[in-house]
Amino acid sequence: MIMIKLNRIDGLFSRLREGNKKALMPYLMAGYPDIETSLKLLLAVAEAGADLVEFGIPYSDPLADGPTIQKAANSALRNNVNTDTVFDLVKRARQRTEIPIVAMTYYNTIYRYGLEECAKNAAEAGVDGVIAPDLPPEEAEPWREAAQKYGLATVMLAAPTSTDGRLKKVSEVSQGFVYCVSLTGVTGARTNLPTNLTDFIKRVRKVTDKPLAVGFGISRSEQARQVSEVADGVIIGSALVSLIAEAGDNCIKAAEKYISDVKSAMDS
Amino acid sequence: MQVKLPDERGHFGEFGGKFVPETLMTALEELEKAYAKYKDDEDFKAELALYHKEYIGRPTLLYFAERLTKHYGHAKIYLKREDLCHGGAHKINNTIGQALLAKRMGKQRIIAETGAGQHGVASATAAALFGFECQVYMGEEDTNRQSLNVFRMNLLGTEVVPVTSGTKTLKDAMNEAIRDWVTNVETTYYMIGSVAGPHPYPMMVRDFQSVIGLETKAQIHEFEGRDPDVIIACVGGGSNAMGIFYPFIGTGTRLIGVEPAGLGLETGQHGAPLTKGHKGILHGSLSYLLQDDYGQILPAHSISAGLDYPGVGPEHSYLKENELAKYDSVTDDEALAAFQLLSRTEGILPALESAHAVAYLEKLMPDLSKDDIVVINLSGRGDKDVQVAASALGVQI
Ligand SMILES: Cc1ncc(COP(=O)(O)O)c(C=O)c1O
Repeated sequence: MIMIKLNRIDGLFSRLREGNKKALMPYLMAGYPDIETSLKLLLAVAEAGADLVEFGIPYSDPLADGPTIQKAANSALRNNVNTDTVFDLVKRARQRTEIPIVAMTYYNTIYRYGLEECAKNAAEAGVDGVIAPDLPPEEAEPWREAAQKYGLATVMLAAPTSTDGRLKKVSEVSQGFVYCVSLTGVTGARTNLPTNLTDFIKRVRKVTDKPLAVGFGISRSEQARQVSEVADGVIIGSALVSLIAEAGDNCIKAAEKYISDVKSAMDS
Repeated sequence: MQVKLPDERGHFGEFGGKFVPETLMTALEELEKAYAKYKDDEDFKAELALYHKEYIGRPTLLYFAERLTKHYGHAKIYLKREDLCHGGAHKINNTIGQALLAKRMGKQRIIAETGAGQHGVASATAAALFGFECQVYMGEEDTNRQSLNVFRMNLLGTEVVPVTSGTKTLKDAMNEAIRDWVTNVETTYYMIGSVAGPHPYPMMVRDFQSVIGLETKAQIHEFEGRDPDVIIACVGGGSNAMGIFYPFIGTGTRLIGVEPAGLGLETGQHGAPLTKGHKGILHGSLSYLLQDDYGQILPAHSISAGLDYPGVGPEHSYLKENELAKYDSVTDDEALAAFQLLSRTEGILPALESAHAVAYLEKLMPDLSKDDIVVINLSGRGDKDVQVAASALGVQI
């Protein structure tokens, strides 16, 4: 089967590259704070200036995540959110937006669903790519094959602890963009950017031409702006999730404002 | 002849592998290299052998349980006395081995997860012995039901970190230990307590525990001049079972792993992934797991905290799939009965974990004759469990 459709993620980065702009890529947990609100949040951040949305499929044992995303995942699971719920939300979002949507989850949710089934249903719902932080290139082939068949990008992660050899391997396998983990640690907002971030991004640049998105620990507009000077995309997860938690009923307005502020900082 | 497993990528057939965040991949590669270098290194082997003999108290006895044998009136029953290891369980075989490796790798800090607290105590012991800083992650629920072991770890100079996420038991302790490792990977050695986790842990822990099986083979040959007909071991993560099984795989000895059936397999309240689970990925490897239709991990239940784990080491999944070992289960009540039976017939209090292996005799014995020989791996002693046992038996102490 030949897929002719250009993946939305590739489209996004080539457009941005031409305009010399950088992507703002917020993370939202599907089904958090509740199912309907998470859909509204997705649409709201897309309107407010997000370029791509990472949509989390909650998992019971998220070992790459800090307390903020752990709590959101638990609460989504208590809302009875499962993989099909998330696909259904994406399907509904697709009636309103063309923003690239990348599902972020752990490999067991994909494996248990069935690789082929999962790729097919995700793609049919309108998902453009998948990130599984516990799926390194060494184990990714079976999934990547299934995903590719349905035009889904499999995004790999690069870490500051990766050797140059591993950075090369990760970048070769990664599709859409390379997810550069800014720090040695789990997800969660941090006050300062890691001091060696620029060097790390330079190391990745040396081995690949693919777009580089940086995530983990970024929370403030100023940090996003700094990151956008060296990378092609800025991923904001925990900071947005805790803002949503704190804003309660006002979370949509608060998320919109936050995203539009960060976006203007990045574009300035 | 057995094919040598795992393969280079850490796979046992379709099981095992390395499903971890990229941040840890380089550390795992370093660990693999270090282990490959030292495992056949003469100095390393000599030092390990010295600690086996002078510190752990190896070889442990293979004990002929005469009164237990008479009680059943069928096969001869031997107990491999891992309860006599320093610290009271087989766990120390692994932690001393890994500590020697960590020392050679230049690490200063050790982290570990623990369920019953036995691996935590064994890690704390090794840390004290070699002067490592040590932190042990333990589910909050387990810190309550095994408070004695928490204090024991503190005495040994280890900090116990109660884990309040998820089900507050072993699996969550392991998540938290992995999160710590992701954050401190450059300075920290992660001492995994069973044949679980990403490659090379299942292989390495199996190798360190296989001293149990190697000794058993020599000892039973001394007593009986032949291999046993059956070997029984309890299976939590599966390290004591892998340790005693390993030299006997494919030799004709029946290998039986006993999982905890908790309140009964039909209740869903158990810890029997090999009997009732589905294939999936947890804590870095592909194996059988307790999980729902969408891959969410289900909480395990067992009266013994050390068996209260929704996963199992990948090599056991391989042995099961290829019918090289058989897995069955016994309930909390059956284990509790065996706990008392062994205490009364032999004057040996088994750990509740090990009592699961003893309890399997009830199912096995009717099929065996007087000439058959059974070896039970008595993985630990029961002193840590008297409180839990008393409360389960309705006795106030
Ligand atoms: C005495 C004893 N036996 C068995 C186990 C289960 O572990 P494994 O299956 O790795 O031997 C434990 C775990 O804490 C234990 O303390």
